[in-house]
Amino acid sequence: MEGFDVVKISYVKELLLKNAREDGRKMMGFRPIKLVTNVIDHAEGSAQVDLGATRVLAAVKLQVEETMEDTPNQGNLMVSSELLPLAHAEFESGPPSPESIELSRVVDRGIRAAETVDLPGLFIEEGKAWTVFIDLYVLNYNGNLFDASMMAAMAALASAKMPKYDSEKKEGIYTERTEPLKINRLAASTTFAKVDKTILLDPNIHEENAASARITIANDGNVVRAMQKGLGGSFSPKEIESLVDVSLSKYDELKRIIEQAAGK
Amino acid sequence: MADKSNRPQLIVDGKRLDGRGFNQLRPLKIEASVLKNADGSAYLEWGNNKVLAAVYGPKEAMPKHVQDPAKAIIKCKYSMAPFSSMGEHSRSGPNRRAIEISKVTREAFESVTMLHDYPASEIDIFIEILQSDGGTRAAGITAAAVAMASAGIHMKDLIYAVSFGKVGEDLILDLNMIEDNYSDCDMPTAVSPRNNDLVLLQMDGSLTREQLHNGLQMVLDAGKTISQIQKEALQRVYEGSENGNGV
Repeated sequence: MEGFDVVKISYVKELLLKNAREDGRKMMGFRPIKLVTNVIDHAEGSAQVDLGATRVLAAVKLQVEETMEDTPNQGNLMVSSELLPLAHAEFESGPPSPESIELSRVVDRGIRAAETVDLPGLFIEEGKAWTVFIDLYVLNYNGNLFDASMMAAMAALASAKMPKYDSEKKEGIYTERTEPLKINRLAASTTFAKVDKTILLDPNIHEENAASARITIANDGNVVRAMQKGLGGSFSPKEIESLVDVSLSKYDELKRIIEQAAGK
Repeated sequence: MADKSNRPQLIVDGKRLDGRGFNQLRPLKIEASVLKNADGSAYLEWGNNKVLAAVYGPKEAMPKHVQDPAKAIIKCKYSMAPFSSMGEHSRSGPNRRAIEISKVTREAFESVTMLHDYPASEIDIFIEILQSDGGTRAAGITAAAVAMASAGIHMKDLIYAVSFGKVGEDLILDLNMIEDNYSDCDMPTAVSPRNNDLVLLQMDGSLTREQLHNGLQMVLDAGKTISQIQKEALQRVYEGSENGNGV
């Protein structure tokens, strides 16, 4: 962190004492969300989200693979993330950092727990099933990668088209993609940061730097599907329960944005 | 989570497969200060889990560029032995799961350790899962807390960890491996018992608002037992040293 960031931390904290945020948002408000799909034609599905100045590109590729030994009757899901060096001065190339691994695993669990992708429906024939690869490319980091990545992943899945299956070659025909990928239900993610005693939604980079604790809550409008606490602080059980209420209340709005972007 | 279509019946006549009630912990044993070289250590058996935790430090943080002149940094390595699980020999070295668990474990300890007491230092926490049967991250944290205390590291609290989950609509505490594999929800937690704040929380599956509330209550109730066992393990070390046969 540079000197400027340290100054920004005290600025964020001073503002919160006056119940204000630097961009004028309410404590439980998202930054403006811009979500577009089909940005990568070669991918089976893709979406790019701008959550304020945070930009994440999600791409879905489908590939015929051997079924897994422990799940012989269904397809598979693989989520990876790249915190690209072009996205922030402190991101470096090299093996994935714990932060990058955490990001992809939390998004993976949200998608899996909500059963967004119909994995049994991806079974093709004895020993063969589709694997859904979701790559999260962080293009610009300005805080809250969790919600941006989840939104982009959901929109990319909702707009993805299945390649046809070549039963002779046992592979996908990528020039023939017509059927949409079957989606069971969409999940929405909400991430909160605790700065001193204040809890706020969708922290930007300065608010993240000032935060002692962070919690991501993914839900499907009815039930909580995944949670992950981060950073070296804590939340009381009461705080977690009230944040679950906020999270559930944000579902309809986020779902509408994802569906609109995916043309549904 | 494994394929639910071939899920074994996990609850029969209101009892779990191993005969436990819904909110009953597996037998838990902890021994503090078991390793000579480490500054603090603990050995834990929790059901079929066998865990060793060791703490080195505080010592000068290395390499120098990671030093924080204002406070200590914590390094944490959670690792599963290749022979720890029933079934095949697993590859050694950290996989993505282990890296994530190491990160959230480190963060749990950062929230209670008085880092500013040790400027420019590092505290290393090593957690070795020697035998695994579900809930190993909770077992690791519960053991590491005792190891941290036995190393004399200044902490605001002695944290404990336990997971809860759901089978059908039944909430269950302290999931073993088979319950973990087939449950409808798994939620590992770590708690600072002084104020019941959650210092680690992960969850996936499905959980209603009410189930979350009730599950957290189950965790806090069971925490009293876990905390007590942790404290007794530490007490035994000091009682022993008075008799001249301590570690």
